[in-house]
Amino acid sequence: MLEIVLLIVFSMIGISLLLNLWRLIIGPSVPDRVLALDTMYINVIALIILYSISMGTGLYFEAALLIAMLGFISTVAVCKYLLRGDIIE
Amino acid sequence: MISEWVVSILLLFGGAFILIGSMGLIKLPDFFMRLHGPTKATTLGMASILIAAMVFFANSKTGLSVKEILITIFLLITAPISGYMLIKSAIHHKLKAKEGTKGLDNIEDD
Amino acid sequence: MRLQARYRWLPTPFRSLFLFLIWLLLNNSVSPGHLVLATFFAIFIPLLSFSLRDPQPLILKPGLALKQLLIVLYDIVVANLQVALLIIGPAKKLRPAFVKVPIDLTHDMPITILASCVSLTPGTVSAEVYPIPESLSEGEEPSQRYLLIHVLDLKDEEALIKLIKQRYEAPLKEIFQC
Repeated sequence: MLEIVLLIVFSMIGISLLLNLWRLIIGPSVPDRVLALDTMYINVIALIILYSISMGTGLYFEAALLIAMLGFISTVAVCKYLLRGDIIE
Repeated sequence: MISEWVVSILLLFGGAFILIGSMGLIKLPDFFMRLHGPTKATTLGMASILIAAMVFFANSKTGLSVKEILITIFLLITAPISGYMLIKSAIHHKLKAKEGTKGLDNIEDD
Repeated sequence: MRLQARYRWLPTPFRSLFLFLIWLLLNNSVSPGHLVLATFFAIFIPLLSFSLRDPQPLILKPGLALKQLLIVLYDIVVANLQVALLIIGPAKKLRPAFVKVPIDLTHDMPITILASCVSLTPGTVSAEVYPIPESLSEGEEPSQRYLLIHVLDLKDEEALIKLIKQRYEAPLKEIFQC
């Protein structure tokens, strides 16, 4: 049963990644695109966790943790750039 | 057997929430409303998928692993902060709110 | 509000505890070697980094803080279900609004925690704290502070302000005694 559920959840997250990509392309403003990118980061973490469940190994959690940190830092850095026009003043 | 059911239900719940978050990102009319989807629904979806992974690995050969809690805590702490940064930059760029938004005069210039 | 800890060698007791737990979680073990290493880090990292930071208020009521954490976790689940229903429903019916909530907290850290709680719970995202400190002139005392929040579906402004003040702000004031 778990295989079928995993397949369903994989496709759900795939669809949401596509929806995020659509928002990333049409915009209309820069903060919208940053928001779409941030959501894509979080969805990719979910995808990695699902992959590690379907493979049955716990090796992928470090990767997920690293992507979570990179996503947060990059969102904050881009927002800082939008606010000030500079990352380090 | 019971754990398989729990894992399946948690995974479906989480996937549905992530999908709803992204639907909100597409469907809602202005930026300030779109922000609500990813900061809330997606965070809860991630939390339930991570808990599902924890239950799954506790019942498999790998044994109990608690690293998922770290990712959950990290996401719960950082989601409001990135939301705050995003809404601040949106206010700075003077994005148009949807017509009929109340209290627009509460925003001060910075 | 107390900024100075009781013991000099343990300037931030709860952050030390947090570091200890994080190290054990990262290594996913409770073997004696990791316990010793975690204790070492929990004592020495705060000592080294303490002088680099602004002094921050200590948690004075740990029991109440734990209870508040559970309340907020419960609220996160309930609020997310509500927001999910709002997102699925027709978008035309939503009544978005910006609301100013007056806050009595004075220190930055309790205000940050309050803003994060508000962002994670019922249909609201916190946007800004007024007045912005940079805009104050030299020596001027900050007046009454406001938290600007964006609400996805506003039903009753008074009730929302009362809810935030009672459910999230009052316990924070109690925990930090300010």
